[in-house]
Amino acid sequence: MGIRELTCIQCPLSCRITVTGDGDQLTFSGNQCKQGIEYARQEIINPTRTLTTTVATAFSDFPVLPVRTAGEVPFGKIFEIMNLIRAVQVEQRLKPGDVILENIAGTDAALIATADMYEG
Amino acid sequence: MQTDVLVIGAGPAGLAAALAAAEHGAEVLLVDRESRPGGILKQCIHDGFGVIRYEEKLTGPEYAFRDIEAIRAAGLEVLNNTFVLDLKQSVDGFSLLLQNPINGAFRVDTKALVAATGCRERTSRQVFIHGDRPAGIYSAGTAQNLINLHGYLPGRRVAILGSGDIGMIMARRLSLEGAEVVGVYEIKSEPSGLTRNRVQCLEDYNIPLHLNTTVTRVHGTKRVTGVSVAAVGADLKALHDSEKFVPCDTLLLSVGLIPENDILEPLDPEFDAKTGGPLVDQRMLTSVPGLFSCGNATHVNDMVDYVSESGFIAGKSAAEYVQCGWKRGNIEVSPGENLLYIVPQRLVSGKEAVIYFRSVKTMDRVTLVAQAAGKELFRKKYLRIRPPEMQKIVLQALPPETESVEISLGEVT
Repeated sequence: MGIRELTCIQCPLSCRITVTGDGDQLTFSGNQCKQGIEYARQEIINPTRTLTTTVATAFSDFPVLPVRTAGEVPFGKIFEIMNLIRAVQVEQRLKPGDVILENIAGTDAALIATADMYEG
Repeated sequence: MQTDVLVIGAGPAGLAAALAAAEHGAEVLLVDRESRPGGILKQCIHDGFGVIRYEEKLTGPEYAFRDIEAIRAAGLEVLNNTFVLDLKQSVDGFSLLLQNPINGAFRVDTKALVAATGCRERTSRQVFIHGDRPAGIYSAGTAQNLINLHGYLPGRRVAILGSGDIGMIMARRLSLEGAEVVGVYEIKSEPSGLTRNRVQCLEDYNIPLHLNTTVTRVHGTKRVTGVSVAAVGADLKALHDSEKFVPCDTLLLSVGLIPENDILEPLDPEFDAKTGGPLVDQRMLTSVPGLFSCGNATHVNDMVDYVSESGFIAGKSAAEYVQCGWKRGNIEVSPGENLLYIVPQRLVSGKEAVIYFRSVKTMDRVTLVAQAAGKELFRKKYLRIRPPEMQKIVLQALPPETESVEISLGEVT
């Protein structure tokens, strides 16, 4: 049976929540409200994050382009996605929201530009 | 060249100020020293911007893009690569000598001036670390600029002094790019940044956070070879028995931000020693008639949403000032018990006021009370309040006879 400790980030109270058990049999302690349980359950079962990083471009005045996943992706796939991104070079000028890669690393999320390469 | 409102700085505060001034009928000129508008948001590629204004978690460049698009749609002129060489008061406003590669040096006369010049990072020279001065010491923001705008990795094995938000965000960024972050060292007993960043930047990537610990010495002659770290006592002085050597090739500093207002020196506005910015009233007007301040130049904000909010207020006020020419309010707002600072520090009567404040320490179950001449004006309870998290309240218009307002934070009664 696993025991994990995590810090809830739903409000400034920052409860330290202890999660005991495996699979569907999870018990929570330390949380001061229901939101804490939901946060902790998600963090144990399938933690997800929005990945923000940069990709190389072919333009010397804009050598790297800020990008993000459109939506959250499983945290466990972050480094796999980083490796895919490292192989990419942007050959056209893009604007925020333009898609660079679809369904990255088998997730439903696309990789999109977040900066405007036309400006300046 | 002549204009009604000149805005210096096209970061989030300046963009908002320019938009608001134009919306309220003023002729506006927006100048920025960099080649693209957006200010520091350009390099803040992480998300979390705009949660209040848009109820979305945007990245920095996306947040800036929305304002830049609005500036374009309004047909406003933005002068990039433009520096202020000289600034003085004139008969009906201000006279500035500006310079850029297209126009050369040129003079602009303006009726109102909005200083949206942001803040700067505290440097290694301001935190007294011993040792040599090898390559490999960067402020967290410099490292962020190198990685996110230029694609250069500043080091492979990195120690970070200070647990400010930029430092923690860079710890994650460096980890993603394949560098090893050996530790974040914080002299205080709690992190100085937001809890969300401690969890999602440090804990996610198993980066150790050493509280009550500081960097005492930098080693290396040409390049950093390591740092000495030591625990500190209650007086924040290093306990040299605990000192140990940590090998690394890079030291990042995330040790605080200071409002940047050097440009205003010739105008000599009144400053607040607590915020490091000019004293303003709720219209963001300083002690100099026609000079407005907003964003991180007034005080260091925790969220960009508030930076924009103050920019909108400053821009709208500047446009109104051009027509009416009123003076700064003189009702003094004093930070009472447990408050680090309050912005605005002055109020004008008859007008609602957005007030920002920070507590001096982490406190649980406290009440904020605002009062004038013993009469309570406002009261709000907080479950927990932490200095890194700025707070905002809205105070109703004050009657004209008000002399001063005291705001304090105390135990729930």
